[in-house]
Amino acid sequence: MMRTATLLRLLALALLVSFLIVPQKFAPVFAPLTQYGAPPIYDQGNLLGLAIAHLGTVLLAAALSTVVAVGLGILVTRPAGREFLPLSRTLVNIGQTFPPVAVLAVTVPLVGFGEKPTLIALFAYGLLPIFENTIVALQTTPKAVMEAANGMGMSAGQRLVSVELPLAMPLILEGIRLSLVINVGTATIGSTVAAKGLGEVIIAGLLSNNTAFVLQGGLVTALMAVLLYDAMVGLERRVCRAVQVE
Amino acid sequence: MTSGAINPPAERAWPRLDRLGTLLVAAGAAALAGLPFVVVKANRLVPGEPRALTEVLPPTGSAACLAPLVVLSLVALFVARPRLRLAAALAALVGLSVTLALAADALTPPHNRVVRIAAGGGFWVVLVCLGLLATDAITRLRPGPGRRVLFLAGALTFVVAALASGFFDHLSVMREYQVNAERFGRELRQHVLLALGSLLAAVVAGAPLGVLCHRIPRIREGILGTLNVIQTVPAIALFGILMAPLGALAAAWPLLERIGVRGIGAAPAAVALFLYSLLPIVANTVLGLKRVSRAAVEAARGMGMMPRQVLWRIELPLALPVILTGIRVVLVQNIGMVTVAALIGGGGLGTFVFQGIGQTAIDLVLLGAIPIVVLAFCAAVLLDALVEVMDRVKQ
Amino acid sequence: MITIENLSKRYGDNTVVDDVSMQIEKNSITVIVGTSGSGKSTLLRMINRLVEPSAGRVLLEGRDTRSEPAHLLRRRIGYAIQGHGLFPHRTVAENIATVPRLLGWAPERVKARVEELLHVFQLDPAKYSAAFPHELSGGQQQRVGVARALAAEPQVLLMDEPFGALDPIIRAKAQEDLLDIQRRFGTTVVLVTHDMDEAFHLGDRVAVMSGGRLLQYDEPAQLLTHPADPFVSRMTGLGDRALRLLSLTSAAAVALPGAAPGPKLQASASLREALSEMLWSGSQSCEVIGIEGGAPAHLTVDAILEHARPG
Repeated sequence: MMRTATLLRLLALALLVSFLIVPQKFAPVFAPLTQYGAPPIYDQGNLLGLAIAHLGTVLLAAALSTVVAVGLGILVTRPAGREFLPLSRTLVNIGQTFPPVAVLAVTVPLVGFGEKPTLIALFAYGLLPIFENTIVALQTTPKAVMEAANGMGMSAGQRLVSVELPLAMPLILEGIRLSLVINVGTATIGSTVAAKGLGEVIIAGLLSNNTAFVLQGGLVTALMAVLLYDAMVGLERRVCRAVQVE
Repeated sequence: MTSGAINPPAERAWPRLDRLGTLLVAAGAAALAGLPFVVVKANRLVPGEPRALTEVLPPTGSAACLAPLVVLSLVALFVARPRLRLAAALAALVGLSVTLALAADALTPPHNRVVRIAAGGGFWVVLVCLGLLATDAITRLRPGPGRRVLFLAGALTFVVAALASGFFDHLSVMREYQVNAERFGRELRQHVLLALGSLLAAVVAGAPLGVLCHRIPRIREGILGTLNVIQTVPAIALFGILMAPLGALAAAWPLLERIGVRGIGAAPAAVALFLYSLLPIVANTVLGLKRVSRAAVEAARGMGMMPRQVLWRIELPLALPVILTGIRVVLVQNIGMVTVAALIGGGGLGTFVFQGIGQTAIDLVLLGAIPIVVLAFCAAVLLDALVEVMDRVKQ
Repeated sequence: MITIENLSKRYGDNTVVDDVSMQIEKNSITVIVGTSGSGKSTLLRMINRLVEPSAGRVLLEGRDTRSEPAHLLRRRIGYAIQGHGLFPHRTVAENIATVPRLLGWAPERVKARVEELLHVFQLDPAKYSAAFPHELSGGQQQRVGVARALAAEPQVLLMDEPFGALDPIIRAKAQEDLLDIQRRFGTTVVLVTHDMDEAFHLGDRVAVMSGGRLLQYDEPAQLLTHPADPFVSRMTGLGDRALRLLSLTSAAAVALPGAAPGPKLQASASLREALSEMLWSGSQSCEVIGIEGGAPAHLTVDAILEHARPG
């Protein structure tokens, strides 16, 4: 069972990489989807370059979100920031009702077209799941464990670093995974505001009525999302084992 | 510091400074001082010139408009009672909006329908600060589900009435609305129909599928895994991919085309939304059924209920709140995703968003985006309230 | 020695601990007993300043506990709690090493101490050092919890219902272990419990608390024979107080010289057990074995009954 899963994963990765490097070899697969002799493989740019740019934007946004969200999560769960906790929770709830597209659309007027609005929208939207999970994790550290840490004379900082954060890590990682997967999809919409990414391929397909392009862009993005999801789940399992949380 | 001498008595006379209040008042004041309150554009496409509040209204006028803001600031800094804070924040919101409308009136030459007066950064930041203060107060008041819905309905009615009164007509977003009024109604209806219709279909198909997954563990992983993968396909791509098979279907059976199945338009969007909606519904049905206490099911069987009776009378009612949570997720997610349907001619409020992006007409973007956010927010509040009520009934 | 002077804790109008004064002798076990909400845990937690007193003070070896930062104070005082509070992400050895590491001990010293403690608590280091808490049984987790509390060789060990989560058999074993360890290290133990039997069994002295006030602080026998308050008699139980009193004296302490017929009894058994044994076998006397020096000794029912009443 485990074997087949690993095999499937490797196969998916191999497929993704080989398609990005030598897309023309896949032309016969996509040819039936085209009409009137339209090109079966996206030819208005380098697929590999677009995929890398796409992934780069997503990862950069996720890294920024993680730093800010975990920092804020720590802040509002300390005694000094506790006044902000109820509001933060509500904001996370409200924020998650904002559609990612709307976040993107509202960002454009503020910063103009290109990579910037996409990055900002992905960053803002990616904050929420990580922030939420950080708060939940830091607030649900077992009481007896906190009591023991205090009773043994750990300072607040020592307790945070060596007890609270390690125990919170699985949930924080889950938040990062959620925001990564959402963002891989949302980043495609970034192409409507002229950000470089796989959305370009899809939109080119929509504009020229070329389903082959749409499928290529969609499949590459989906494969990327699935593989990222999978990698994060693997990382979470590992951390869970190290943290011994069932 | 020279103020050291007067500080101690001041501290005694006033309660401790509210931290959130201090932060928000500081941010709001800085925004009003440093950012333009409104932006004046010669027409809807050109970049505008920023104007500070003091440049827009005569001193007495702006003073009158800003009085609620000053009162609010004092309340936010020194008063802890959430009820008062909420009242002050709402009053200030009204004051701010009136100020904006008056500024737009003052800056619009008579009978000029080309010049656009839009809210500037200063207005937006203050709006956000006020919204945060009000939200914080509401959070602290912890209203029950009924009150939350009532409050939301009241606020919506008030806002819609205010917009309909014509008082805000000189604002650029409202200008954009006036131009597109007829289309706006149509796209709004289309948006809601697409979101609700695909949800309904997903519930009808997804709930039985969830029961099946719960009953037959063998198929659970396969079905949930497949639905999970579908969720990772980006929305535009799934819309686009579905265009081909639906187009083929329509070409093969003209009858289907007559009832609206076409390669472009709403059909692929509806199918895609349906597919996206399945995962939360199925997963939550499985989760809800799994959480039903074994003792309750055992007791029901021990009393002689048939499997079907156990499902309908015990398991489903007990699982309902969790299933409803799934429905909430789907509805909010759908309202957002319908936006993208505009890219394949599916209609909905996304039409304005993408047209606006295409024309770099920010007002048009806002005309689409603001109602989408409001819709999603209302859906979340309504369904959260419903889930809470169901949970209470269960206990 | 721990001196508690006029210690109070108030939360708003609610007084949780009300003007408590007591002296806790070195190298003894003091048990604070009371119903839930009596303030016993709060009193304990004010000793290591997990709760800061509203009034009064605590002296440790004559020094005010507030003369140093709270976290430094706590590193010198062992603390074990109900449900053990082990760090789930750290191995048994790392858990035990927590405070020595906070204190900056050399790694070899930490390692030696951890091994020593694992031996003392009958946990094979080879098997358990690298184990995680969730791999241990409830009794083992509890033992690791106490071992961790004792790791930095504290003079004082505070225990808050340490055995509350254990089943009766493991609990009895844990109590015997605690008595052994207290004798071995000479630690001053302050233990909070709501279980009167536990208090009588473990405590050299017992403090009875109710409604935040210290009602009586005395040796266990005194609580039975001279209760200071009706609540104390109710806590100690009226129905079987004679038997409880017997349970406080060991056979060795009052054995008579010379042999006698009847069942054999270990010198460490209590008079209560001796009486029960004689009633069961229908004998008027029993033979006490294992007295120091090996001299023959015995007990009679009459002699035991002498110890079953006040005075």
